[in-house]
Amino acid sequence: MGILDRIFGNHWGVHPDDRKRPAADLPLRRLPMPAHLYVPLQQHIGAPARPVVLVGQRVLKGQLIAEAQGATSAAIHAPSSGTVSAVGEITAPHASGLPVPGITIACDGEDRWLEAADIPADPFALEPAEISRRIAAAGVVGMGGATFPSALKLTLGKKSGISTLIINGGECEPYLSCDDRVMRDFAVDVVDGIRLMLHASGATTALVGIEDNKPEAIAAMKQAAASFPEIRVCPVPARYPMGSEKHLFSALTGKEVPADARTTDLGVLVHNVGTAAAVHDAIRNGRPLVERIVTLNGGAWRAPGNVVVPVGMLVSDLIAVAELKEQPARLIMGGPMMGTLLPSAIVPVVKGSSGVLALTAAEAADGDAQPCIRCSSCVRACPVGLLPLEMSARIRNEDYAGAVDLGLKDCIACGCCAYVCPSRIPLVQYFGHAKGELAARDRTKLRNDATKRLVAARAERLERETKEKAEAAARRKAERAKQKAAEAAAAAAGAQADSETTA
Amino acid sequence: MIAAILSLTLLGIALGLGLGVAAKKFAVEGNPVVDELTALMPGSNCGQCGYPGCAGAAAAIVDGTAAPTCCPPGGKALATAIAEKLGLSLDLSGMVDEGPKIASVSEEICIGCCRCIKVCPTDAIVGAAKQIHNVIREACTGCAACIDRCPTEAMVMKPVPVTLQHWVWPKPALA
Amino acid sequence: MNTLATTATPIASPHAHGGAGVSVVMLKVMAALAPATLYGFWLYGWPAVHLWFITVFAALLGEAFCLRLAKRRAMPVLLDGSALLTGWLLALSLPPWAPWWLGAVGGLFATVVGKQVFGGLGQNLFNPAMVARVALLISFPVAMTAWVAPLPLTSAGAPGFLDGLLITLSGAANLDAVSSASLLGHAKAELSRGVDLLQSLSGDHLAHFLSYSGARPGSLGETAGLLIAAGGIAMIAMGIISWHIPAAMLAGIAIPAAIGHAVDPARYLDATAHVFSGAALLGAFFIATDYVTSPNTRAGQLVFGLGCGLLTYVIRTWGGYPEGVAFAVLLMNALTPAIDRLMKPRIYGRNRKGASLPL
Repeated sequence: MGILDRIFGNHWGVHPDDRKRPAADLPLRRLPMPAHLYVPLQQHIGAPARPVVLVGQRVLKGQLIAEAQGATSAAIHAPSSGTVSAVGEITAPHASGLPVPGITIACDGEDRWLEAADIPADPFALEPAEISRRIAAAGVVGMGGATFPSALKLTLGKKSGISTLIINGGECEPYLSCDDRVMRDFAVDVVDGIRLMLHASGATTALVGIEDNKPEAIAAMKQAAASFPEIRVCPVPARYPMGSEKHLFSALTGKEVPADARTTDLGVLVHNVGTAAAVHDAIRNGRPLVERIVTLNGGAWRAPGNVVVPVGMLVSDLIAVAELKEQPARLIMGGPMMGTLLPSAIVPVVKGSSGVLALTAAEAADGDAQPCIRCSSCVRACPVGLLPLEMSARIRNEDYAGAVDLGLKDCIACGCCAYVCPSRIPLVQYFGHAKGELAARDRTKLRNDATKRLVAARAERLERETKEKAEAAARRKAERAKQKAAEAAAAAAGAQADSETTA
Repeated sequence: MIAAILSLTLLGIALGLGLGVAAKKFAVEGNPVVDELTALMPGSNCGQCGYPGCAGAAAAIVDGTAAPTCCPPGGKALATAIAEKLGLSLDLSGMVDEGPKIASVSEEICIGCCRCIKVCPTDAIVGAAKQIHNVIREACTGCAACIDRCPTEAMVMKPVPVTLQHWVWPKPALA
Repeated sequence: MNTLATTATPIASPHAHGGAGVSVVMLKVMAALAPATLYGFWLYGWPAVHLWFITVFAALLGEAFCLRLAKRRAMPVLLDGSALLTGWLLALSLPPWAPWWLGAVGGLFATVVGKQVFGGLGQNLFNPAMVARVALLISFPVAMTAWVAPLPLTSAGAPGFLDGLLITLSGAANLDAVSSASLLGHAKAELSRGVDLLQSLSGDHLAHFLSYSGARPGSLGETAGLLIAAGGIAMIAMGIISWHIPAAMLAGIAIPAAIGHAVDPARYLDATAHVFSGAALLGAFFIATDYVTSPNTRAGQLVFGLGCGLLTYVIRTWGGYPEGVAFAVLLMNALTPAIDRLMKPRIYGRNRKGASLPL
């Protein structure tokens, strides 16, 4: 930092128009429960959950409907009471429009909770492992969008020796204010969740990083954390992508995460504020993660704001109750910088959905791609220090190895480069394509190796079988020969006896 | 004059000797490129390329008698890998890569004749006489050797469905 | 409104944009260039206006012709403004009363050979305007150095619209009467005759050559030096270019000039004369800063600018030509890929060599 940076310009990231208000300032709303909920079994990083209910079975809100399977997975619970009407496939809230396995629940409208059993009087008396177990049982995943199973993160952190917990309240994406709302309305719960996570991970201090464009949230959190000296609220400058794990870490600690390492290797665990609130709910109220705060924003909504939405509610049902005032040019799940363009409105809200944006044509700022003029805006915007223009040129010519040499694997897909590109080149799509293509090639290679092993095994089997057959044939032949010999001997003996008798 | 002739002659002799020695000393046995290519190939020796096994195809590609695009199971990925190794420029436009396909048994038609099992290069088909056969998806390489063997046409090639985990962003159209 | 149409092709994030487009950037550059150009038009009268139009038209024609050959639609590409800007910059570096064919050949050369041969916008290695200028300078040295003293539009002897057209089309009948040397040319010529600068640039002479109001012989872009600088600073303020290349290039000219002048004022012009002469300011703010042909990183841009400045000074002082900006910029253009390769930004979590930082 300092004079050199001033000369060479170390100004990573961009400052997009945040457009968070007025939606961020409006009180939280609850929407009426829809008739059906479509709950995908994969709302997290890792293996999909395994269904444990049958079609026609009655379920209560918060009842386990699919259990975690494998090391990295998360449990799924019924978001409302009703009847399981299907266990099948649901269109994923993903750009591809591909289906994922899911459970459909026909709601009965009562929205009756499962009686929470076994709420600890003093959770801090519990073993850290028990806290993690309860968090896992509640199906809590990272609410910031990465959706990594939270309990696993805490357990892994405990193993590698964590000293500091960073709570990510950056919310650097424009339009979104769900984390802002959580901090303003549930600051006490968030602080309690942070204390529980401190206990579970073994960390001693927690730093809450909040961008300085959210003064109300900073004030609320400071007040809630006032009596807990181990929790420090640290305002950070508003700059996209401040909410990126590594960048928030650098902003708060002044250190850098090595490319081959994670923050946990440096003794720091990063969790989202929404996750802290979910942890509080899971431990103190025994309530699993079945609903979340979603920001409805963008020019096409009639009434932008933050709403509490059950997991599995279709975006089309959201639109039916919250209403659009015009046909949106783009319907996006998440923020405008990294969110997913929805292939249709018939997709459910999931645990990682921070917002549903209905952008007008003017907001979406569509435009045709033009040739690169090498203005290097993207180089200056890239928060990682990559050369997006050079990488995309290589990918355009299918030189994926060249793109990797330039640091493709370090790209965090934040979208800063494409945001500033005057030629509107879809840089992030180039990088996404290259990453997918490289992964596909790796899979092909693994498959080829497996095929070679199978062919070798077959060759060995055929050889073994021929040998066994030959041996068996030889054995039979030998036996037959022996038998013949014995017969011949017997015949000879008989003949001799005969001749003797005749003699 | 004589000095120039002498020096050039000596230079010529010396360089000629050097070349001769180098040719003897660094002579290469066989062609290692063929082995490298064989290592790249799927290795199921399915014969769809028209050559005897993957090693045969690799030799043909190195000779130039076969195109790098001749291997259907390997697809575009293999073709580009081979072209890169051999330093060839590649025209992929003619190559239709419909995505990976694997064999699948129509259970209502299968009569359990075991013919397909005998030809499968990776032992990917399970079953016994008079029992309905089945294909182990993970082991099938999509070589299609079993298709013609089936007397009841119960064996069909089906495209591997694209899943969320395997989906790849399409390359942006050129500006 | 419940059922929204399914989008056919997936579009990747981000779904927001900073707003600036290529043509907007080009328009802003032109706006920054306009005051100096208009002032130049006033100084040199109608012949300069005609030459400007011919050069720009030729540049656009060359671009359209190549796009037609490549079977691409010409209109959207012409509208991005890059060819117009190339022609404009070339026109600013020509002698204002130059004959029409100089502008026509230059404009065509700039877009056809300087740009489209490489593949169009963004693909060219060298600055197209400077490629054309150097080609003209080498091919037609006399026409390219026939400077005239300013004859403002409002002054008595200034040619009218038609007379101006005649001068541009068939050459000035009495060019000798109005012709004059530029400061750099004059200094070089006198030095080579053995007359040192103290004598050749004394008193009235210096005032004649070094008038900041631009009333001095030179190209359009040379005389209005202050307006060019103002336009450049406006571009920096608008965030179109950064200060790195202009500052480094001007420093690269001024520092050795100041040292040289201090050592021997009789042989070396001072820094002010160097910075305000020739295409130094135009080059520093508008030519060396060309996105396509300058390095990607700030550090690279400093090296690039410094190289342009130093080479300009070296060519001016010890080279065969009195002016060296075009050569200097082209030489540094050739080095740009190397600078880009050597001066990559450091990747987060990695050292300069690309290895992961130690834990």
